[in-house]
This record gives sequence, C-alpha cells and structure tokens, in this order.
Amino acid sequence: MTSKSKWLSAPYLLWSAVFIIIPLGMVFFYGLTDKTGAFTLDNILAITTAGHAKSLRLALLLSLASTIVCFLLAYPLAMILANMKVKRHNFIILIFILPMWMNFLLRTLAWQTLLEKNGVINHVLSFFHLPALKIINTPAAIILGMVYNFLPFMILPLYNALAKIDTNVINAAHDLGANHFYTFIRIILPLSIPGIISGITMVFIPALTTFVISSLLGGGKLLLIGDVIEQEFTRISNWHLGSGLSMVLMIFILINMVLSSIFDKEGEGSML
Amino acid sequence: MGNKRIYQLKKAMCALILLSVSALCGCGSTEKGVNGQVIVYNWGEYIDPETIRMFEEEYGIKVIYDEFETNESMYPKVESGAVAYDIACPSDYMISRMIQNGMLSELDYSKMPNVKKNIGAQYFEQSKGFDPDNKYAVPYCWGTVGILYNKTMVEEPITRWEQLWDETYADNILMQDSVRDAFMVAEKLNGNSMNTLDPEELEAAKDLLIEQKPLIQAYVVDQVRDKMIGGEAAIGVIYSGEAIYTQRENPDLVYVIPEEGTNVWIDSWVILKNAPNKENAEKFIDFMCREDIALMNFDYITYSTPNEAARELIEDEAIRNSEIAFPDLSQYDNMETYIYLGEEGDSLYNELWKEVKAY
Repeated sequence: MTSKSKWLSAPYLLWSAVFIIIPLGMVFFYGLTDKTGAFTLDNILAITTAGHAKSLRLALLLSLASTIVCFLLAYPLAMILANMKVKRHNFIILIFILPMWMNFLLRTLAWQTLLEKNGVINHVLSFFHLPALKIINTPAAIILGMVYNFLPFMILPLYNALAKIDTNVINAAHDLGANHFYTFIRIILPLSIPGIISGITMVFIPALTTFVISSLLGGGKLLLIGDVIEQEFTRISNWHLGSGLSMVLMIFILINMVLSSIFDKEGEGSML
Repeated sequence: MGNKRIYQLKKAMCALILLSVSALCGCGSTEKGVNGQVIVYNWGEYIDPETIRMFEEEYGIKVIYDEFETNESMYPKVESGAVAYDIACPSDYMISRMIQNGMLSELDYSKMPNVKKNIGAQYFEQSKGFDPDNKYAVPYCWGTVGILYNKTMVEEPITRWEQLWDETYADNILMQDSVRDAFMVAEKLNGNSMNTLDPEELEAAKDLLIEQKPLIQAYVVDQVRDKMIGGEAAIGVIYSGEAIYTQRENPDLVYVIPEEGTNVWIDSWVILKNAPNKENAEKFIDFMCREDIALMNFDYITYSTPNEAARELIEDEAIRNSEIAFPDLSQYDNMETYIYLGEEGDSLYNELWKEVKAY
C-alpha cells in the first residue's frame, strides 16, 4: 500500500521539484548573489533604501485597506449565504465566481475603462448632471481593483466556515438566554476564525504582491513593491535585486502562514 | 514571491516550445523550406505578415518569426543563446551595445543589392552614431519622439517640452513610462545632452521630472495612443510612428517635434554573430529592402521607412510629403540619437528613474 502511494505521488513530487523547488532555489540564488556571482546581502538590505521602503509601506497600506474592505463586505454576505437554502445559495455563489471565468487582466482593464475621465461611469454621471468621479490613477482606484478582484477569495472561506457551524450550537445559545448580538460575538465569530484567517491570507498576499492592478489603475504613478520587482526583471534586467526584494516579501507571507496555522489548526478554512 | 521569476521562465519556455513546435511542424510538412530556414527576432506588430509569406514562397526558405517588447528584454535572450537567432531588429543604442560585446556579424552588401540601392544615404550617415563604419546595421524604421496634443483641449499650440510643465494642463499630460525617453525630455529642456552621464545634469533632470509628477495623469507606454484617441488627456509624449495612425482615428490630434530638440531613433536589421543561417539571413534583409515589400510594411505599421524607393511609391501625396512621417531633419540642429551608456550608466539612469517613480 505504502509503496503504491509513493508511486502515485511521484508526479506531484516531480511537479513540485520542477515548478516550485527549483524556481524557489533560483530566486534564493539570485537574491543572495551579485552580478559577479559573489555572495551578498545587499539585494535584501536594499529594501531599506527610501524608494523601496516607501513602495513596501504603500503596498502594505493598500493591501491592508483592501483586506479590511473585503472582510467587511464579505462577512455579512457569507452569513446570509450560510443561512440560505442550498439551491439558492449555490446560485449566488455562482454569481460571485462568474467574473473569475474571465481573465484577470481583462477585468482590471475593464475597470480602467469604467473609471477613466471620459469613461463609462462619468458618462452616466454627467448625463444626470452629477459631479464626475475622479478616482482613476489614485490609491482609491487601486484599492477598488484589489477588492473587486480578490473579494471571492474572502467570501468562499468565510462561507465554508460559517456553513459548518452546527445550528444546534446557536439554538443552544439562544435557549440559554443569549441575544443575537451575544450569540454572534461569543459563538459565531469565534467559530468562524479559521475562515477569517484563511480569507485574510487569500486576499492580503495577492494584494501585497500585485503589480498589474497598480500599474493599470494607478497610472504608473504609485509604485508598489510588486511593481519595483517586476521592473527589475522586465526592464532593468537586474534579477539579483528583484529576487532579493522578492525574498523580503516572502517574510510577510511566512508571517501570514504562521498566523494561519496557529488559528486554523484543522484546515477548516481551506477552500477551493 | 517567486512567481515573477517563474513568469520570466515561463515566457522563455513558451517561446522555446513554440519555436520547437513550429520547427517540428516545418520538418513534418512540405517545408523546412527547400532552402532551409531563417530565424527572425523583431519588435511586436512591426511587420506586415504577408511579406513573410511572400518571402517563404519566393525563396523556399521557412521563416521562424519571434517577437520582443523592449530592447532590454531582447538583449538577454539573444545573449544567452537559448535560441540561435539569425536576425534581430534592435534600436540604435542597443545595437552599439551589441557591437561592443561582439554579438553582431559584419554585413556583406554585395549579397544584398537592394540595401544600398533603396535605403537613403542619409540614414546610413545617421547610423554612424552607433555603427561608425556602417558594418552591421541596415535601417528598417526610424522616427522621432515628440508631443501629440489635442487641439480642442489646449489654449495655444504646443511647441515646446516646457509646456509639459504648465500647470494649466495638470492631470492632462501623459508621460512615457520608459527611462531614456522620460529623461530625454527633461535633459533637452535643461539644454543638456540626452546621453549625459554628468551627475549634476542628471540630478537636475531628476528634480525636473519630480517637479512634473503632480501634473502627470499617468506614465504609460503603448496606451498613450488609445488614451489620446479617446480624448482622455490633452498632451502626450509619443513616437512619431504612431502619429499617422492616431490622426486617422481622431483628427483633432496634432504631432509636433518640440523646439528644444528631441531623440531620433533608428531600428535596424542586424545579423547575429553565431547566425546558423547567415546566407538566408542576407536574403531576408535584402528582400525586406525591396521597394514593394518596404511599401507594404510602411502601409501596415505606418512607421517612417528609410527606403527612398518605397517612399516614391506611396500613392497618397499627403503622406509621401508628410512632415510627420518624413521630417526634414537637416532643419533641426538639436536632434540626438541615444547611445549605449554602459552598464554603470544604465543602472545610474534606472536608479534615478525609480526615485522619480517612487516619489
């Protein structure tokens, strides 16, 4: 049996070696060497220079903001969904997943067309003689893009966690005299923590590392750390610095993973 | 995050797979071409595909065609030799870098009769800036960097770079999101060379760009075209090759070469040092210089052609004599071509540009 399962796992091992371990190794190799191939920590310490630190701060700020917005939008929705009849909630989940069938770039470009000065939204607003919306090329537009793109990743784990709560537990709380508010604070919220943590991870990490959203909706004026890394690779062709900065970002991802393993011991929030 | 690196690898792999698949298909069916093949590496959207088909038919040579987006992304791929390209089409400063690093092969013009016959002598003269003895590069397209403005959205005609710092146009200016072009604007405005490495001049250019930043609507590359056509901004920095196209789409747009002077660029065909199909490469370049083929390419991509014979064949007189497509450069004395600044110079510019972008 065990030898059989070993064989079965071979393709996965090969896959992770070729597409995860080796590329990761190359990132570390590039990140820890300079152009001559000598060992250096400069690429990692480069995060402390004013420009890079500012980009990192901005990326942290925007991804944090969009995670909070996602959470505030998703939690009530997930609660509504969890209390619904099966047939109807499947339909609503479908509606939320539907945009994900379209290409991510295309969806973000669509927001550009919507938000532009002469864009769709402003045309509609001016038709009703309302003041124009001026958020394209601002941090607000980037947050909007992040929330739009990553909201489903918050809803689904939250919904998973909430749907698993036994209604008997809630009924028991009511029987013992807890009102709705107390039931929520003492029962529902604590039981949904695995979903919250995994939702935060699923939104925060891609938001922190994104470069497409910021360059399309930020007009290239707001440099997030993801943009810096992308440019090091595609334009400046300094792979060493790009890898070094990527390694700094990995620290934040590791912190996030440690947090989620503490709160989500049974892997309940894992989804998709 | 590792996925930027993976993305790069993926791009390289995709290109490799595509290449090998197309090579395999070539072997399997009638061609690899009775007379072999030639591997071409050109800018995206920079040729009329019909001309490639015609070449294959006439010469029995299979063309394997690959595209790049920027000079900077082309260079490492050619250098690594992952794909043995025969021909590439880089810009001036990148050609001088490739010459310096011994990556190009000398041309034998006797095997390419159309080159000297059809390409205007002044373009070879211009090329001497980066290819001093005209040994390596055959001009393919050329142009200037200038200002495109919407005449319904400005108060007076735009004629100078200085006006990109005018606060009346705040949030209405599109700037090029590329190091050399952005710095060129500021350096020319300061009356300096666009190839300067003087720390003080560079610092001054950087300060100027930072000063301009609040007025900029967005830093973009290809999107200048669409945004200007859509009336999204009043003023944009753009390559002259896009001017004819944008005017066709939106007649309110005007292209000008700024008074302070600007960059003249030439993209040229070069044969790589280790080209496996050198003879076919010569035939390909010669074919591309044939007047009817050059005309087809001009009609398709609308970038100025240095092919005098092809220009004679342009039917639309307005375009044949267009000041935009074919400006008389002798009337300007402040035009410059980019030259390669060396690795240190490059990273100096990149650092300063990052400071501007992150400001």
